[in-house]
Order: sequence, then C-alpha cells, then structure tokens
Amino acid sequence: MTRAQLEDRILGVLRWVVIAFLAVITLFPFYYMLMLSVRPIDSLLLDPGRIWVSTTEFTIETYRAVLTSTEEGGQGFLRLLRNSALVSLGTVVLTLLAAIPGSYAVSRLRFFGGRKVSTLFLALYLFPATLLAVPLFVIFAKIGLQGSLVGLAIVYIAQTVPVSIYMLRNYFATIPKSIEEAAALDGCSRLAIITRVILPLATPSLMATGLYIFMISWNEFLFALLFLAADPEVWTVSLGLQQLAGGIEVPKTVLMAGSVVLTLPVVLLFYLAERMLTEGLTTGADKS
Amino acid sequence: MTTKLPEPRTHERRHPPQRTRRATLAARENRAGLAFVSPTFIVVLAVVVLPIAWTVLLAFQRVRLVDIQTTGLFGNWTLDNFAQVFLSPGFWTSLWTTLAYTVGTTAGSIALGLVAALALRRPFRGRSLLRGSMLLPFVAPVVAMAFVWEVMLSPEYGIVNEWGARYLGWDAPIAFLSQRTAELEILGLSIPIPVALLTVIAFESWRYFPFAFLFLLARLQAVPSGIEEAAMVDGATPLQRFRHILLPQLMPVLALLGVLRFIMSFNKFDDVYLLTGGGAGTEVVAVRVYDFLTARFDVGAAAAQALVLAVVLMVLLGVYFRFFAAKVQEETQ
Repeated sequence: MTRAQLEDRILGVLRWVVIAFLAVITLFPFYYMLMLSVRPIDSLLLDPGRIWVSTTEFTIETYRAVLTSTEEGGQGFLRLLRNSALVSLGTVVLTLLAAIPGSYAVSRLRFFGGRKVSTLFLALYLFPATLLAVPLFVIFAKIGLQGSLVGLAIVYIAQTVPVSIYMLRNYFATIPKSIEEAAALDGCSRLAIITRVILPLATPSLMATGLYIFMISWNEFLFALLFLAADPEVWTVSLGLQQLAGGIEVPKTVLMAGSVVLTLPVVLLFYLAERMLTEGLTTGADKS
Repeated sequence: MTTKLPEPRTHERRHPPQRTRRATLAARENRAGLAFVSPTFIVVLAVVVLPIAWTVLLAFQRVRLVDIQTTGLFGNWTLDNFAQVFLSPGFWTSLWTTLAYTVGTTAGSIALGLVAALALRRPFRGRSLLRGSMLLPFVAPVVAMAFVWEVMLSPEYGIVNEWGARYLGWDAPIAFLSQRTAELEILGLSIPIPVALLTVIAFESWRYFPFAFLFLLARLQAVPSGIEEAAMVDGATPLQRFRHILLPQLMPVLALLGVLRFIMSFNKFDDVYLLTGGGAGTEVVAVRVYDFLTARFDVGAAAAQALVLAVVLMVLLGVYFRFFAAKVQEETQ
C-alpha cells in the first residue's frame, strides 16, 4: 500500500468520525434542552444521566409555567416574546433604512470622500460594544429613554449596521451596472433606479440581511440588561430568562422551557431561510 | 469606464459640449453619492462615532452616575480614572485573562471550523441538513445556550459529570464553571489547569466555529478542481494536497477570520458574564467594565477601562497588520 492509499483510507474513516462528532456537539445541546423541558424536575434530579423522556412522566407543565401571565402566577413570557418581536422588527426596519443608501453609494458611486467613508464603515467592526455601553447608558439615563423599547431598537442599530453594510455592499456590487445604465437611458432618476430596479433585484440580499439583523437583535443581551433591567414590563425574552435564572429558585426544567421558547423562533426562521442567509453572509468571501 | 488618454488640444476644441457633459455627469454622480451616503453617515455618526467620542471624554472626568445630570460635556479634567485603572492589580489580571480568552477562542473556533469544513467538503447524503444544523450554535440566542451548558456541566445534576463518573470513572464531579484551577499530575509534575477559563473558551469556540466553518466551506467550494486533480495525478498524498494546495488558497480567509474573531472575542461580554459572572478566574475586561458601571456606578472608571481595552486592541491589530496586511487586504477588497 502506498502512502497516498494509506492516508486515503485513514482520512476516509476519520472523516466520518469527525462528522459524527460534529453532529453530536451541535445537535445534542439542543436535544438536551428540549428533553429536559418536558421532564419533571424530580425526574432530572433522580436520574441525571438519562437522555430520553418516558411517556408517563412527559409534562408540558413547564411551558405553562413560563408562558402564563404573571397575574396568573406564571412568568409572562408571552409578553416578553411580544417585546422581543417589536424590538427586533423595529431594528430590522431602522437598520435597513439606515444602511441601504450608504451601501449603495459606497458600492456604486464615485464621489468626494467616498473611499474615506467606505473605510469608516469597515472600521465599524472595530468599535466594541463595551465602548458604546458606557455613553449610551449615560445618555439614556440622562434623557429618560431608559426602559423604552424604541430606545433599545435605536441602540441596536449600532450592533447591526456594520454587518448590514457589509452584506448589502457585497450584493450591490454583483448587480451588473448595465441594467442601471439602461434604466437611466429610459429616463429614470437615480432614486427611481434604486427603488424600481436595484432594490427588487436585491430582494434576496435584503431578506438575508433583514433576517440576520432580526437574529442579532433577538439574541442580544448586554444592552437589554443595561437599559431594561429595572422594568419587567419591557423585558425581552433573553433578559427575562436571565432574570428568571438569577432570581428566586426556579426549577431547571422551567428554565429549559424558557430557553426553548427563546430559541425556537430564531431556529425556525433560520431553517426556513438557511440557504439565503449563508449565501448572503459569504457573498464576496469565496472569490479566489 | 473612461480611459484617460492625453487628448490633443484640437480635439478638445472641436468637441467642447461633450467635455462639459462629461464633467457634469461626474459632478452629478458626486452629488448623488454624497446625497445617498449622508443618511447612513449621519446614523453611524449618531449611534456609533459620537457615543465613542463621548466615552473618551468621560474617561478623563471624575463622573459618577448620580451626578450625571449636573456634569457637562467638558470640565473637571483628570487622570484619576487611569491611575485607578492601572494601579489596581485586578485590571492587569483581567487584561491577561482577556488575552488568553481571546487567543484561545480565536484559535479554537477557527481550528474546529476548518476541520468541519474539510469533513463536509465532499457531498454525502444528508450533508445540507447537517450543514444547516452545524450553524445552530451560532444562530441560537446566547442566553439559552449558556443555560444549557450550565445545566449540562452542573456538578449536581449535569449529564457531563454523571456520564464522566459512570463511563470515565471520575472520582468526583468537576465544577466546570466555578473551579478556578485543578492540579493535573503528569510524570510526577503537578500542572495547574484553569478549569473555568478553559470551559468558557470551549463554549465560545463551540458557539463561533460555525462562523469560520461557513466562510471556509464557501472558499473551499470555490477552489478549482483542476489543480487538485493534477496534484493527485502527480501522486501527492491527501495531506500533501492539503498542505500545498488547499492551505495557500485558504490563507486569506483564515487571516480575515483570525482578525474578525480576535476583535469580536476581545470585547466579548455576554458569554463570560452568563456562564460564570466573571468569577473563578474568568474576569475579562468587558465584564469588569460592566461591574464598574452597574455595581459601583463609576462611569469615569468604566469608560477608562473600556478605552484602555480598545487601545490595546488597536495596538495588537496595528502590529498584526504590519506583518500580515497584504493577506487581509487581498480578502477584504
């Protein structure tokens, strides 16, 4: 057997070992979360090593505890879900409005200072959230926007705008310039070209970017903690779950149900649009 | 596309209208560019650049949250915050922790992502499903993931310790998230292992390897098959093909991922805060900033620490770009 054949054989086996390993480490935590969320807490404490749930002990009491409103003795996660949805959708709209014109200009037009602005947009990745946290915390305390979902959506723009500009710019660059020129010859103004030609063509990228923004703001935790912690009425699901864990003793299985409630919307969205999202993220990254 | 050729004067005189037309076209494009970029520019200025500029100002002032209503933008300049930051031993420890954490997670997530990309490179049944599932840690909310790990690693009811005791014969459960160090005996030497720090590094590597995987897989699939086939005909073994053909092709992406992951984990707050709260030797600077802000309401000291963190990052990136600039530039263009 030559060295090449030997390596081929070893790597052939190793490949499946690696694939199995990766499948386990990525899927098992999600399975574990789901499985614990439908088990009673004493069953977990009695037999922590078991990874299935028997039909006799199966319960959705945990979900009831998490989802029913606080007036009825639950944790009121339905309201938190609504808060999260409002903030995330608001962030998607605001970020796209803010990012589209700039990324179009940077990818398409030659103008004075264009390269500098382009560099600034790229440098946004360098600005860390911790640097932003201090002044935003102070500003919000000062103007009394603390505890406001609108305020949080505005803060989230800072988190989402760098990625959005990156994704949109890369996509705009792939649209042939000749299409725009044809539209211009037909008498379209620049604004009409964008709204009637470019944006419809860029729909896949807009969807992908919007989804990614939605995920970032749905999953965000630091700013929600800084701005909303004082007022349970406006908590997002992430914050509500963390506060639930930090507060009075709540069974771990209820926490897992809360985690499922927090995770499910994002994972569903992701599976619906996986291809679009991955292509949107890696456009321009795979050229030689 | 206009090519600039030196035009003869006569030509210019013969077609003056065309020349002014071109100039106005350029001017109009210039105006349109400025008009379109300004909304984005203003938003970026308002939500990113100005707040950061204010952090810099705050870092040089003695500000506590209670007197924030009365302090102006300027005045009461002081270096006290920095003195306090640099003189407290806790800061230097946390800076080292941050560095170790960042290097560990950057290397860990990229290495795992590379292995995953290589393993999933060739099609097989169920590949697209598995590829989608492998992105789950990246898209799932950090709060939920931190809790799942916390439960899995718990010494009392966690499955890892239970199985470790049952199948691996562990004598005592390991407190993965609250034990600072464990002594490991190898050849009569006892080596201290930072348990909690390694656990948060493992968590962060797990959460972000899909990001590296995604970019590396996309790049791998764009490698022309011809070169590899040629190498195969020449008798190159798989490892040689990886070393001499694939790796050079992947280098720009790897360099870019390295920079991005380094920046992201250097400022990471939520993962560490949720898992350990910064205890057991995992206090990174970002968690310290948060503590100063919310527990002590010391805005000035928090700003100063955030600023020092940013400056350290910039210096490290500056050094990096001096040596690897070409590779990264090639990728970001």
